[in-house]
Amino acid sequence: MVNLIAKSPCDGLLPVTIGNVTLSERDLGRMTSVAPYKGEQKAVSAVMKDAHGVAFPSPNRMTTKGGAQALWFGQGQALLIGPDPDVSLTAKAAMTDQSDAWAVVELKGPKAADVLARLISIDLRPTEFKRGHTARCDLLHMMASVTKTGADSFQIMVFRAMAKTLVHDLTTAMESVHARVIA
Amino acid sequence: MRINCPICGERDRREFYYVGAAQNVARPAPDAGADVWNDYLHNRENPAGRTRDLWQHESGCAAWLVVTRDTNTHEIFSVELASKSEEATR
Repeated sequence: MVNLIAKSPCDGLLPVTIGNVTLSERDLGRMTSVAPYKGEQKAVSAVMKDAHGVAFPSPNRMTTKGGAQALWFGQGQALLIGPDPDVSLTAKAAMTDQSDAWAVVELKGPKAADVLARLISIDLRPTEFKRGHTARCDLLHMMASVTKTGADSFQIMVFRAMAKTLVHDLTTAMESVHARVIA
Repeated sequence: MRINCPICGERDRREFYYVGAAQNVARPAPDAGADVWNDYLHNRENPAGRTRDLWQHESGCAAWLVVTRDTNTHEIFSVELASKSEEATR
């Protein structure tokens, strides 16, 4: 039997620190997309709340409870992060394992928002995009999920196949922002 | 050009994909007859003025949207979910 070695999407690429901003990979463990069938969103939300502590999130929001996160992931779709999903959900929602499908990185530092602002067209001012807010949006030409996880930190997700491009685009923006800081 | 997605809020036009006339949503019944189906498949208005288009918020929430806009001025009057549009309930 061949001994397979699991590699993370950004293996060998991260972490990178430029100026006061650090880009690092995050391992979120189990990720499952939850897409409730027509008319079942309330019931799905109740099961999620009961079994995992997090309800089905409102659009553009992420909720966290203990080791579980519910990340809004599109119209009628959420990503359950952390726990193995309750089996009873399969009767009310389309469930798909996404654990290895996404490259997940964290951008953290005082200038993190300035770096991100070069790549996405979302209003990132602290008064508009707060902790627990999330957006599905373009990151340059990639479909991304961007979530504010702290005062100066963001979680960014793209398809796993785009990991290298994501790191390239983000580090280029980090260098550009840093160049203006030291200039 | 910016489109105000009912779910995500105002976003850049590059996040959206243009699909065609909003009439695409108003699919006739299978037995509606050849004339009705011919009209649905092939005939489109091309107004200089107010028009209704079908768009998809491809890079955002992936919702299908009906956008009412003016082809002369590019002004956008309204954006609504295609599932709740007048075409969907026709």
